[in-house]
Amino acid sequence: MDFQLTEDQRALRDGVRALLAGRFGPEPLRAAVARGGRGLDRALWRELGEAGFFSLRLPEADGGAGLGLPEAVLAFEEAGRVLLPGPLVATHLAAGEVPGAATGETVVTAVYGGLVEWLDESDAVRDGAWGPAAGGAADAVPLTSVDPLTPLHRVPGNLPTGPTGRAGPAGRAGPVGSPAPTGPPRPPDPLVTLLTAAEQLGNAARTCETAVQHARTREQFGQPIGAFQAVKHLCAQMLVRVELARAAVYAAAVTADPMDIAAARLLADDAAVRGARDCLQVHGGMGFTWESDVHLYLKRAWVRTRRGGTVTESEELLAADLLAGAGR
Amino acid sequence: MDLTYTAEEEEFRAGLREWLAKALPALPPKPSPDDWPGRRAYDLGWQRTLYDAGYAGLHWPLDAGGRGATPVQHLIYLEETEKAGAPYVGANFVGLLHAGPTIAAEGTAGQRARWLPPVLRGEEVWCQGFSEPDAGSDLAALRTRAWRDGDDYVVSGSKIWTSHAEVADWCELLVRTDPAAPKHRGISWLAMPMDAPGITVRPLRTLAGPAEFAEVFLDEVRIPVAHRVGAENDGWRVTMVTLSYERGTAFVGEVVACRRVLGELAHAARGNGRWDDPVLRRWLGRLNAEFRALWRLTQWNVSEAGRTGGVPGVGGSVFKLRYSHARQELYDAAAEVLGPEALDLDREWTRDRLMSLSYTIAAGTSQIQRNIVAERILGLPKGR
Ligand SMILES: Cc1cc2nc3c(=O)[nH]c(=O)nc-3n(C[C@H](O)[C@H](O)[C@H](O)COP(=O)(O)OP(=O)(O)OC[C@H]3O[C@@H](n4cnc5c(N)ncnc54)[C@H](O)[C@@H]3O)c2cc1C
Repeated sequence: MDFQLTEDQRALRDGVRALLAGRFGPEPLRAAVARGGRGLDRALWRELGEAGFFSLRLPEADGGAGLGLPEAVLAFEEAGRVLLPGPLVATHLAAGEVPGAATGETVVTAVYGGLVEWLDESDAVRDGAWGPAAGGAADAVPLTSVDPLTPLHRVPGNLPTGPTGRAGPAGRAGPVGSPAPTGPPRPPDPLVTLLTAAEQLGNAARTCETAVQHARTREQFGQPIGAFQAVKHLCAQMLVRVELARAAVYAAAVTADPMDIAAARLLADDAAVRGARDCLQVHGGMGFTWESDVHLYLKRAWVRTRRGGTVTESEELLAADLLAGAGR
Repeated sequence: MDLTYTAEEEEFRAGLREWLAKALPALPPKPSPDDWPGRRAYDLGWQRTLYDAGYAGLHWPLDAGGRGATPVQHLIYLEETEKAGAPYVGANFVGLLHAGPTIAAEGTAGQRARWLPPVLRGEEVWCQGFSEPDAGSDLAALRTRAWRDGDDYVVSGSKIWTSHAEVADWCELLVRTDPAAPKHRGISWLAMPMDAPGITVRPLRTLAGPAEFAEVFLDEVRIPVAHRVGAENDGWRVTMVTLSYERGTAFVGEVVACRRVLGELAHAARGNGRWDDPVLRRWLGRLNAEFRALWRLTQWNVSEAGRTGGVPGVGGSVFKLRYSHARQELYDAAAEVLGPEALDLDREWTRDRLMSLSYTIAAGTSQIQRNIVAERILGLPKGR
């Protein structure tokens, strides 16, 4: 047993990080925010395709890199770190299945739990396999997404409706929408859950670093705020959540065990959402502005908590596992 | 990243399992928590059994009498002994897990020869005399004073929260040898025989009932200068070595134990109908995620230690922080499963719930661990 990254895995991670820093740094991020979630950067998408982001796990004979889930998780962690926009998980999972997905020519989205990300910008809708209406986006109606970098559509009749401020336009057809299937809900594809958890991990790691950076430089009462224990301890807790989530996500990538994946998901969601909140707190009033990036991390983390089944389902799965007595 | 064990590792595991299956049924009955002499005899007996089978001090270096096992083998050892229900390290905790490794790393050849074999053979018990009434978290503020008198130090002062002091033969003792030096500089690390004249041990009852630790009063106790480990006034550095071992692998077996308890909780809940409560069920599911992840973090830390030469790093603080709180939550959940019986002190889970309260305090409080994580890992400035 040697549960550490191999040289190749480190190189892959560093390569993806460098690629994304060069092509999707702070300025493209702000430009994407300014576009308000419209206009997916197709050139970047193709570049990701060329770099093998989508075809990573395809066999070499099919034009892929023949790598495994651990490598995919490392790549998605990096995507999460920089808030890379677009239906990355769905397109990655469609590689080898939908023509053009592997190379980044085709943008593929999916219905997860009654929500569809980037529907208007996508060329195909994949079956995300969760909820009775999974698979079809025909009746999807747009909603005003909380995340300025992720346009969302809702598939009616799938999620309980709560109070809403405005009514969306009804009855629109998805680009390649098929009629919504009915029947009992099917469980989410565990790979959707795992790759999403990897993005959450990257999100969490990034907000921890951002908070620490700010705490080292921002001064109040004549010293860096990071010298105050209340701030210091927030940061320490952020790191603890990141490290625990990292161990869980990497292990789940290695075993691909559904229970490991469910556990990884719970810890990664927690690290991402609470990490972003704490990061906002450390930034004070600046953190509450549109100009700082902190809110973008929180909102994206919220969007991702809706993928891959509900939190309740993961918890129930892990509870049932205790009775099954596996792993002890 | 590889979570499969090598053929050698699996072979080691199989051999250990086979041996445990034979050794455990021959164990005497467990003594009651109040019976300290009985507990000492039981714990030392188990240590002797391990020694005879070649499993003593697995993770100790070869030249210290250990087996020089890799951190992964040590992990397997801790996992398998816990799964099999083997006795807990108990009174041998300090000697095996941190005083011994400290002497192995910092002691002279003579010191190693004198102190290490009896720990491995289950002949001598050690305790830890670090904390004082006015120096707990601020350990370097310790005041117990040692004067040089010929070949001896003459030591006066007092220690507190000393676990197993009642039955210990030796104490890893921190004393102030230079009161004029800055507080981290004037400290020395001594091995004190617990039967030396001038030592008074007064057991302290814990909130769980039995006495686990004691106050130790030192009145002009003579300790040979030759019993000092490391240079005079260099004891703080030696102490950091001790603490890194204390926070390193000390909790590995306990994570395995917590996972077992969690499974038992689920079955108990199904047995008494509490399982029908979705809130409780989901809570247990979440705890399952937590302890699975803590186990993975353990594997991660152990792999890392394997690559960096075996000395546990500050990663131990990350683990200890999360684990100590998770353990308390586990027993809160147990109380929820037990219902009214959670108030019955004869229930093991009730006693364990009380004992779990010490985990966020002993071996460095959670607040101190957060300071360590923030300052030493994240590089945040020290402050008031
Ligand atoms: C079961 C048990 C067994 C033990 N066994 C041993 C043993 O064998 N040998 C031994 O030497 N010691 C032992 N200890 C002592 C243990 O190491 C100390 O209790 C611990 O380090 C805390 O010190 P204290 O009790 O003096 O609390 P204090 O240091 O007085 O702390 C009180 C509170 O103040 C907080 N606090 C203190 N300083 C800070 C700070 N800088 N920032 C933020 N918060 C702070 C603490 O977190 C805590 O909440 C044991 C303790 C327990 C509970």
